[in-house]
Amino acid sequence: MTALLPATILFLPLLAAAKILLLPKPMKGLAPAVSVGSVVLTLILSLVLWAKTGSDSTTVTLGSWINLGDMLQLNIGFKINALATGMMLVVTFIGTLVHLFSLAYMKDDDGKARYFAGLSLFMFSMTGIVLADNLAMMFIFWELVGVSSYLLIGHWFEKNSAAEAAKKAFLTNRIGDFGFMIGILMLWKATGSVTFDGIESAVRGMTVDPGWLTAAILCIFCGAVGKSAQLPLHVWLPDAMEGPTPVSALIHAATMVAAGVYMMIRVSFLLALPDAATAAHVIAWTGGLTALFAALCATQQNDIKKILAYSTLSQLGYMVMAVGLLAKEAAFFHLFTHAFFKALLFLGSGAIIYACHHEQDIWKMGGLARKLPRTTLTFLIGTAALIAVPFVTSGWYSKETILHAAHAHGGLLFYIGAGTAFLTAFYMTRLCVVAFLGTPRAHGADHAHEVPKIMLLPLVILAVPSVIGGFSFFAGRFLTLPPADHDHASHVPMIASLIALASGVSLGWLLYRGRDRDPVRISLLARKFFIDELYASLVSWGQDAVARIIHYVDILIIDGLGVRGLSGLAAVVGGGLRRLQGGNLQAYGFLFGCGVVVLLFIALSLH
Amino acid sequence: MILAALIVIPLLAAVAVAAGAPARLTSLAAAVLNAVLTVAALMAFKTGEVGYQLAATLFTVLPSPDLKLSVGVDGLSLVMVLLTALVSLGAALASPSTVARGSLRLYHASVLLITAGAMGAFVSTDLFFFYAFHELALIPTFLMIGLFGTGDRRTAAWKITIYLGLGSLILLAGLAALFLNLGGTTFDMAKLTVAAQTTPMAAGTQSWIFLTLLIGFGILISLFPFHSWAPQAYACAPTPVAMLHAGVLKKFGLYGLLKVALPLLPLGSQSAWVLNLLLFALLGNILWIGLVTIAQRELDLMLGHSSVMHMGYIFLGIASHHLIGLTGAVLLMFAHGLSIALLFFLNGVIRSAAGTTHFDRFGGLAKQAPRLGLMFGLATFASIGLPGLANFSGELLVFFGAFKNVAAGGTLWLPLATILALWGVVMSAVYGLRAYRSIFMGQPGANPATVPDLTTTGLLTALVFVIPLLLLGFFPNLLLDLVRPALAALHG
Repeated sequence: MTALLPATILFLPLLAAAKILLLPKPMKGLAPAVSVGSVVLTLILSLVLWAKTGSDSTTVTLGSWINLGDMLQLNIGFKINALATGMMLVVTFIGTLVHLFSLAYMKDDDGKARYFAGLSLFMFSMTGIVLADNLAMMFIFWELVGVSSYLLIGHWFEKNSAAEAAKKAFLTNRIGDFGFMIGILMLWKATGSVTFDGIESAVRGMTVDPGWLTAAILCIFCGAVGKSAQLPLHVWLPDAMEGPTPVSALIHAATMVAAGVYMMIRVSFLLALPDAATAAHVIAWTGGLTALFAALCATQQNDIKKILAYSTLSQLGYMVMAVGLLAKEAAFFHLFTHAFFKALLFLGSGAIIYACHHEQDIWKMGGLARKLPRTTLTFLIGTAALIAVPFVTSGWYSKETILHAAHAHGGLLFYIGAGTAFLTAFYMTRLCVVAFLGTPRAHGADHAHEVPKIMLLPLVILAVPSVIGGFSFFAGRFLTLPPADHDHASHVPMIASLIALASGVSLGWLLYRGRDRDPVRISLLARKFFIDELYASLVSWGQDAVARIIHYVDILIIDGLGVRGLSGLAAVVGGGLRRLQGGNLQAYGFLFGCGVVVLLFIALSLH
Repeated sequence: MILAALIVIPLLAAVAVAAGAPARLTSLAAAVLNAVLTVAALMAFKTGEVGYQLAATLFTVLPSPDLKLSVGVDGLSLVMVLLTALVSLGAALASPSTVARGSLRLYHASVLLITAGAMGAFVSTDLFFFYAFHELALIPTFLMIGLFGTGDRRTAAWKITIYLGLGSLILLAGLAALFLNLGGTTFDMAKLTVAAQTTPMAAGTQSWIFLTLLIGFGILISLFPFHSWAPQAYACAPTPVAMLHAGVLKKFGLYGLLKVALPLLPLGSQSAWVLNLLLFALLGNILWIGLVTIAQRELDLMLGHSSVMHMGYIFLGIASHHLIGLTGAVLLMFAHGLSIALLFFLNGVIRSAAGTTHFDRFGGLAKQAPRLGLMFGLATFASIGLPGLANFSGELLVFFGAFKNVAAGGTLWLPLATILALWGVVMSAVYGLRAYRSIFMGQPGANPATVPDLTTTGLLTALVFVIPLLLLGFFPNLLLDLVRPALAALHG
């Protein structure tokens, strides 16, 4: 295979973004067409790539990005295997639907051209992450998705909350990337390579110091913690909901936030090394705790997008846990199904918000099932997949594989996973009961109308893989399913899931059916364990206060003493001349003259 | 003769302006002509060939010791010439056609003199003129801050004059010691390099001379703790001067370290105690000044501090003593020169329209001035090291180089310093995005300052910087291929 096909898939969206930027003002109306055209083309080309690749694995190099001879070679190259092509299909398929949905959702927006340029920039960056054959290239695109995410979260930049959220997302990710970069440097130093294949063959052929290896893996993992919003760097994702809802669906639910998981799967050969057990353990626990923590927070949120955002955190936690349990197939399986049903849920919430005249509080909705029957139906399908209704939803199958892995591993993580499943069923039931049943509790919901067809169409399309996405005849085509071991598999995970589902749904139903306000008030959960407040005070009392103190020290001591000392000296040197016109320039002219004279004098005396 | 023309054209233009030629037009014509000649020099230059090219001796001052005005470029100096040509073009475009006080002729003639001096310093192959041309560029710099500056311009001018004057004197002492210890027979830099290899000085002598040069150059580069002249001077300086000094003249010291100090004093520059001092100082630039930058509430002071901070990365590349890091340092010098000049240009646009750069006076400016917002955003992204723009490529190589060389010494101090320096990347993002957030995003403040969008000339000026930044962000090899052979020859 040549690099032409993947290179086209990669650069087509960049060209679209550049073209939109360079469109003259009167032609800015063409922006959506350019952007949608490019994403549809990349979807088709990704299908071709997937069909051509099959189960092969190839690496092709497009060209050199940095060439320092045998010292350092950083290339733009593609590692194309089933994992990459499967991920590309997820990205371009959901990308296409989100672009279509945006046509209607952003129809009247002033910054439409900017919005579509941002989406195309995102498609470019995300493709780079998926196809990269080395860590340096992945890091480049890793940062670039951060930029497009920043631009799109801050799309309505005149809103202070959106401006703050964009900044917070970028800075939190930068902290993760700080670790990521150290990890890349450590691996490069240990193996002499930055490519996945190079590192893999190096670590197979020699032993890396276990401490160094563990530190390197955990540093790389920092990048995933930032991008996939795991504890303790999760704080940016709920705020990122300030962006337009289609963006939340594509970037902050289905694809970009899953990039951390994808990256860890790409380097999972490191985790499989015997010396990496500690690192794997840390990763599994980070995921498990995030899953539980975020599900707890979700039970007490009132903003429909925030509930879904915490749900995303929680599901990403499952995936990260699976990576740490060395069940990379299960992790990618869940990434795959989650992308469909979570994109469906977010686009559905976008449709609801659109229909309710930009109302996001579920307590100001109610009775939407009658007002928006089609949207409600698709939303319920997404919900069923998320809470893992047995046998008929995609989420059931993928979550089962993760719980199986946790159960096989033994220990507390399995119970954390099952508890999270219970909470998931509970908070989604709460959301649906409050928003869809009962009577409208506010003007917006009362006057809601079913959304236009172009918004409904992506919902209907996404509902299909949300149901069948877990069946092996479907999923098996796009990814490697976790090895099924029916003979020895325990029935405990399945029974636990069923109990979690039944009890979660029942509790939600009993507590919230017919309520007009929340009967449960747990401020620790509603305020998300006060972590945002903790970080805000760390920034203002830690970083900013220290910065101010250092600023004054810099002025008082370094500038004060330094300059006072120097002016004393200069007063002596330039004192005589200064009296002429109080001029500093004369003093300098004198110093300069001295310099040249001294040098000439040395030269002449040697003559 | 191309190289000589690069010095002579701005000099002649300065004379013409002083004699009465239309000031803005003449300086613009000179800058354009210099840019064209620089492109010609780039095309005539043969990549990969070691030694000076396009070389010429213009004038012999003394036969013995060998002192002559001679010019020539290797890949390293050619990159600096290109930087000078680009920034001076931008500065000429950014120079006003009227001034509120003082003489417009003096204004433009001074900018031209700075350009001539910078060009001269980078194309001279003679140690004496290398030094003297830089001095030539400094005098009009001081003059312009004092005469045409804003705010507390007199204090700022006084401070930079004393500080840099002292730095130049220390540098002079170091260069004189170097010259005398290498036989005292020639100022020719190529011959000095040969002398340093054939009859090397004792390691102890080298260390002391290197330290002197490091302090001398360091003051000019605003190496911590000799940095305090820079932010205030840039905040008060007229826009073209801030662009030229932060963009080009400050790189003279770094160029000197790479071109003179490291190759002529290989043992001194690598002696452990000097290296440790340098590492402490550069971490001061990155971490200490990084925090000071976060505390700034005015754009011009923030930019001034950020430019001090970014010198730390370039010093880290130099301290790595590894070809990867050195190459990265040069790429970063070039990229930083362009991005900081662009930022000071846009800062000037904002300041001249609003009369202030205080963050609290702005908000949501991207709405009323979208071009300005876009260009400022690109410049900020470049400055905080985002991929796709040249600064990132430079920083990445610096980190790779600095991390690499640790193994050789067997000490973890250099990788540790690299990791600490990497934290600076987070701090840059903090102050960069905060500034962008305060000025361009959010709702307009209670007391909003209005700024018109960039004019066509303004957009053109910004593109002079943005295009090369993007080009080298995507294709860093364009510059690396030029620089690598030169650095390999200098640093073996």
